[in-house]
Amino acid sequence: MDVDVLIIGSGVVGSAIAYYLAKTDLKIAVIEKEEDVCTGTSKANSGIVHAGFDAMPNTLKAKFNVEGSHLIPELAKLLDFEYKQNGALVLCFDKKLRDRVEALYQRGLANGVTDLKIIEKDEILKLEPNVNEDVVCALYAPTSGIVCPFGMTIALAENAADNGVQFIFNEAVETIERVGDGWLVNDHYHAKVLVNAAGLYADEIHNQFVDQKIEITPRRGEYLLFDRTAGDLCAHTLFQLPTEKGKGVLITPTVHGNILVGPNAQAVPTKENVNTTAIGQDEIKTKARITIKDLPFNQVIRTFSGLRATPNGPDFIIGQTADHFYDAAGIESPGLSSAPAIGKWIAEQIREQLNANDHPHYIAKRKGFIDVKKLSNEQWNELIQKDPAYGIIVCRCETITAGSIQDALSRSLPARSLDGIKRRVRAGMGRCQAGFCLPRSMEIMQEKLGLSFEEIQLTNSHSKLITSKVKEGIHDGKQ
Amino acid sequence: MENNKQLVIIGGGPAGLAAAIGAKQAGIDDLLILERDHCLGGILNQCIHNGFGLHTFGEELTGPEYAWRYIEQVQQLEIPYELNSMVLDISKDKTIRYVNAKQGVCTIHAQAIILAMGCRERPFGSLSIPGYRPAGIYSAGTAQKLVNIDGYMPGKEVVILGSGDIGLIMARRMTFEGANVHTVAERLPYSGGLKRNIVQCLDDFNIPLQLSHTVIDVKGKDRIESVTIAQVDENNQPIAGTEQEYPCDTLLLSCGLIPENELSANAGIELSKITNGPVVNELLETNMEGVFACGNVLHVHDLVDFVSQEATKAGQNAAQYILQQLPAFEHEIPIETGGLVRYTVPFSIDPSRMDDKQIVRFRLSNVLKNGYVNVYIDDNRVIHQRKMIRTPGEMESIVLKREWLNENSQSIRIETEVA
Repeated sequence: MDVDVLIIGSGVVGSAIAYYLAKTDLKIAVIEKEEDVCTGTSKANSGIVHAGFDAMPNTLKAKFNVEGSHLIPELAKLLDFEYKQNGALVLCFDKKLRDRVEALYQRGLANGVTDLKIIEKDEILKLEPNVNEDVVCALYAPTSGIVCPFGMTIALAENAADNGVQFIFNEAVETIERVGDGWLVNDHYHAKVLVNAAGLYADEIHNQFVDQKIEITPRRGEYLLFDRTAGDLCAHTLFQLPTEKGKGVLITPTVHGNILVGPNAQAVPTKENVNTTAIGQDEIKTKARITIKDLPFNQVIRTFSGLRATPNGPDFIIGQTADHFYDAAGIESPGLSSAPAIGKWIAEQIREQLNANDHPHYIAKRKGFIDVKKLSNEQWNELIQKDPAYGIIVCRCETITAGSIQDALSRSLPARSLDGIKRRVRAGMGRCQAGFCLPRSMEIMQEKLGLSFEEIQLTNSHSKLITSKVKEGIHDGKQ
Repeated sequence: MENNKQLVIIGGGPAGLAAAIGAKQAGIDDLLILERDHCLGGILNQCIHNGFGLHTFGEELTGPEYAWRYIEQVQQLEIPYELNSMVLDISKDKTIRYVNAKQGVCTIHAQAIILAMGCRERPFGSLSIPGYRPAGIYSAGTAQKLVNIDGYMPGKEVVILGSGDIGLIMARRMTFEGANVHTVAERLPYSGGLKRNIVQCLDDFNIPLQLSHTVIDVKGKDRIESVTIAQVDENNQPIAGTEQEYPCDTLLLSCGLIPENELSANAGIELSKITNGPVVNELLETNMEGVFACGNVLHVHDLVDFVSQEATKAGQNAAQYILQQLPAFEHEIPIETGGLVRYTVPFSIDPSRMDDKQIVRFRLSNVLKNGYVNVYIDDNRVIHQRKMIRTPGEMESIVLKREWLNENSQSIRIETEVA
């Protein structure tokens, strides 16, 4: 296959690059080792759109974060994914550390963050009555937001696919050869430009062609996710002011009304160490209690880990680091917030380099998945009349219909695994964690994709859910 | 589409069916069962083992057979029901909104409502077990559905965490289907399941039950490869040196059931922090007048026979409420608990409206050997019952006689006494 641009990796960064490149007439492909987009760092993070006060001024982190945080609200409208500007508080619990809040405020100003202010205890407790009364003051960043990281990544990638970007799944990059000005990947993909958005594995790609070597270290962060019944614990994203003891943990609502607590930070031996640990969970609980004393840990519905792709240097590694080779590497926090700006910038560079024109039939908008909970009875009824599958509730906890699941399996970038369905329409994301809907979702996959139960995967091809049929004589599982 | 009904029953499992029959036989014709699944019977349909109905019918039935006895009556009595219908919310004025593919979104205003939504399994996610989250981890009930209804094996080398009844049943079921069930680990020092299930499902198949043990690690990024089990101390902390790794492709969970009360909570119905079910009086009526609860949505039962019994009462009471045949409300006496008694259902009793022989069900928080259950009305001990062994896994009950209470009674107390 011949393409103009081959992007390695379909996390949020690879997907954002694909999204912006899709506006051109270039032929683009994305190669991904897993079965879907958004399966690595992009799927397990805090989902925060940082205002941009944290990064050091004049760094790529600061630049792309602030730009990205402005792009995300526009993209959310255009591509129909969940975003909410909920504001953030950086809470200070020690009088002696007040000057650090001031320093953070100044840093935010230097980075171009607007509407920042320092607020005192009374005002904090008015905004967030559950916050520990020991709070002294806080940096208030009203422009901070929250986003569904799956929703954003999938929306970017799906719109790219709608505009002709080809996604190659289940194929890891094994070999890359320089052929003239261009590249030959895995012996069968010819590309003029190669883009490295390989996340945790970006160093392995980069170090093959670039003299200045980089190292990406996996740093694990663990999280606790609370049921929506705990959703009124807080409205803003609550950070803790970093101290000598560390960065602290955050407590934030999610765009879907859950509460997320975490992450800690631990170096781990491998880039596949997405396990949770007893020590890590305890650490998060202990630290989170500094922010809100009474956290209802009995309402936790899931614990999970994500890995940060931490580079050996202090900043993102972005740009044309070898001829016709672009890096978007070392994208740790604030990576999610920065991704659209990184994608936009890299796409502009490539567009110029390859003298590309506008896409002749560009589709600018993308329709998100229908959330029946947001419909009026009349709207919902109209929908059911058109497609009765929208009247069949499959996931009870999140009120997800068979119609939505079928939609997830039918898009230009369809779900191909149960997790793919979950990340698109939230079936199985609720308090019962797919206990009831798993077999039903499997039936829909069977019908829609023509798969047998034995072929259905939780994630990739090594994660089959069924080992065999029961006794002989039962043929299709429906007696 | 909007209409009115005298009575709407939410859920067509064993509780909903018995409640509907009870109400119909007590004179309510304008009623409707709303069931979210594609058939009546609820979870009984996947419980293909026998042992159901000993108390009610004096014989051992399978789950589907037991359910059928009630479904048949519902059909004979021409009680209407809607299948594939999910109730979305209940408003304070008892308007129920539900959806199905045939009728779309519908609202019904009901004079009375019976909550019979059942319960769900405690999921893996909520157990905060360290390790990976690969394929191959199922709650026992989900595995039961896959094996018994869909005809598929979720795995062959099995470890079970939790000794709830469904886990015990599935240990045997998976063994019948050729799987190797290596062990059942239970975090508590006693099983959460019925004694008879431990004997018939584990002991008979030489499957070891390890009490005071839990899973402390799950390995395998894509599909589960092993779990590590360790003994826990009295503070639930794993004891170093007791770890044992079990290679497996499947982890089944049977770590408790949770009444499904999201609808109830959203409607403003008071829930008990202990049972996770509505707080009900002697009529099984919630704090919302005319809204009754029964079965596993009220509190988790061990035996379906008692669900049916309780639900029949709820149906009859709802009927009396609708027909305005209930004696006047006089004074509600809360039932106090003591010793190992965790809760009682009902939570309170009005002597003027109670049955002549009112059943009070309860559970203990720990094993009681050779101990007593005492019931005091005011300061008079009216019940003093000794039993060889009582366990948290088996629901207990006492019968409170109306003749023991009068309009001057102030307190009812149920407590255990160590012998």
